[in-house]
Amino acid sequence: MALNTASETAEGLSLRQSRPRYGEKVIRFVLAAAAFVSIFTTFGILISLLIPSIEFFLEVPITDFLFGTTWTPLFKDGEFGVLPLLSGTIVITVIAIAVAIPLGLGASIYLSEYASTRVRKVLKPTLEVLAGIPTVVFGFFALEFLTQLVLIKIFPGIEVFNALSAGLIMGIMIIPTIASLSEDAMAAVPSGLRDGAYALGSTKRQTAIKVVIPAALSGIVAAFVLGISRAIGETMIVTIAAGLQPQLSFNPLIGMQTMTSYIAAAGSGDLATGSIEYKSIFAVGMLLFVLTFIMNIFSIRLVRRFRQVYQ
Amino acid sequence: MQNQLAGRGTLLRDRVFMWLLFISLAIGVLTLAILLIYVTVKGWPRLDLRLFTNMPSVRDAQNAGAQSAITGTIWVISFTALIALPTGVLAALHLEEFARPDSRFQRFIEINIQNLAAVPSIVYGILGLAVFARALALGQSVITASLTLALLVLPVIIISTREALRAVPRNIRDGSLALGATEWQTAYRQTLPAAIPGIATGTILALSRAIGEAAPLLLLGAVSFITFNPDGVLSGYTTLPIQIFNWTKESREEFQVLAAATIVVLLLLLLAMNFVAIWIRNRTQKRW
Repeated sequence: MALNTASETAEGLSLRQSRPRYGEKVIRFVLAAAAFVSIFTTFGILISLLIPSIEFFLEVPITDFLFGTTWTPLFKDGEFGVLPLLSGTIVITVIAIAVAIPLGLGASIYLSEYASTRVRKVLKPTLEVLAGIPTVVFGFFALEFLTQLVLIKIFPGIEVFNALSAGLIMGIMIIPTIASLSEDAMAAVPSGLRDGAYALGSTKRQTAIKVVIPAALSGIVAAFVLGISRAIGETMIVTIAAGLQPQLSFNPLIGMQTMTSYIAAAGSGDLATGSIEYKSIFAVGMLLFVLTFIMNIFSIRLVRRFRQVYQ
Repeated sequence: MQNQLAGRGTLLRDRVFMWLLFISLAIGVLTLAILLIYVTVKGWPRLDLRLFTNMPSVRDAQNAGAQSAITGTIWVISFTALIALPTGVLAALHLEEFARPDSRFQRFIEINIQNLAAVPSIVYGILGLAVFARALALGQSVITASLTLALLVLPVIIISTREALRAVPRNIRDGSLALGATEWQTAYRQTLPAAIPGIATGTILALSRAIGEAAPLLLLGAVSFITFNPDGVLSGYTTLPIQIFNWTKESREEFQVLAAATIVVLLLLLLAMNFVAIWIRNRTQKRW
């Protein structure tokens, strides 16, 4: 009996696991399954875009889609040339980026290089509130305030729905995205580089422009690319403020339809599942997904490379 | 004359440069202030109890309210949280505590999650339309909206949960493992509780993004006029952002006022959630 106890104790003390833990294995499986949901999501997106898109391109040749200049899906013999939607997207994105890149970069340099800790503590969260405002609110603001109270006085010929107001407000919306990512990149630049520049007699501005920005460049470019991707994918601002008229034009004072606002407008109607209009949502969605996907991956890779340099 | 290293012109340029930087920051902050003041002033005449007690209408602006949109938002967001929170936390636990780091597959999952976080929200609407509404025949219901929004915020929850888990020091895990706890016991009883404040903050911010989201729901049937409160997961629904969108499309000024008033309600809701998030963060901030 005494012997028995001793051997039991010895076994209990053994570092080798006494029995297989099935519960532990089940839990690990559940956790891995949860992580797989993200992969299923990507595949779900790809498949749900791809199948109707292929059906769409069996009816509309892909060259007609990519290079056609008329988008009239609801007409009897509708034409499906996506260029007007693409040009609308480009015009509004360019306006948004022209606002968001200088302002976002300027704000990030100020926050990272100039602002005192106290000022930073107030201004940074305030700027981030902008990122939390729902886009439908920005759309309302663009249409009701910017167009009807401001722009109409500056450009008397402007249409009620126009690309300019949507682009400008979208630019403001994207500022926090660009500012916070570029600021992260600049904060990661070792202070030794700055000190070196100061020691050689550089001013703060010279240090910021000639040392910090070049050192953080890949992170900053990643922020720009992500900002562009967000502008292309933004839906509510353009749906509310830019109108629903497909136009192959680069005049920002008129209404335009973008890829996203077409999807929103066509998708909110009750379309029959097999109809060509229904499938066109997916074809445009596919184009939108591919464009933003390329930019997202490019941006993610840039950030990774940047992190490797300074870690 | 000049005994400074930098000339006077340089110093002037430095000042101008600093002011330009400050102005670029100020433009964003100022626009935010104007927006908040504008919607409050515009919505003020209709900012009363009718918003909470009455149902939406596109004819009778005087008596229209947003009750079904408020209850709809609560229904949709509750189920979104119920789906996204456990899935996101479990996935983050797997990636941070159990998966082999730096394997090729792990890198693929990470890039995939980062990309999903940047996929346009309307694409999630397309996914919801094709998979949940039509293929699974859940129709234009609360659960379709919740599932879609859950997938939309999942990457955000995973990323912020991983950050919270990463902030828990290694020696807490080592201590637990040294006392004979299994890896799961360590994760569940030590690491996870220590990371809860960070997870809560991240989740609340993710859900407040879902509350303001309108684009995917446009494809999922929320646009049709709903003048009843949801009574189950398969019920029709509308939400606050969708109701705001519907009213902005009306040409009569009264409906714009109504939209502005509803925006104020939505923003107050988001503000309250953000305060809770900040409160949790400040209250439970631990220094190891």
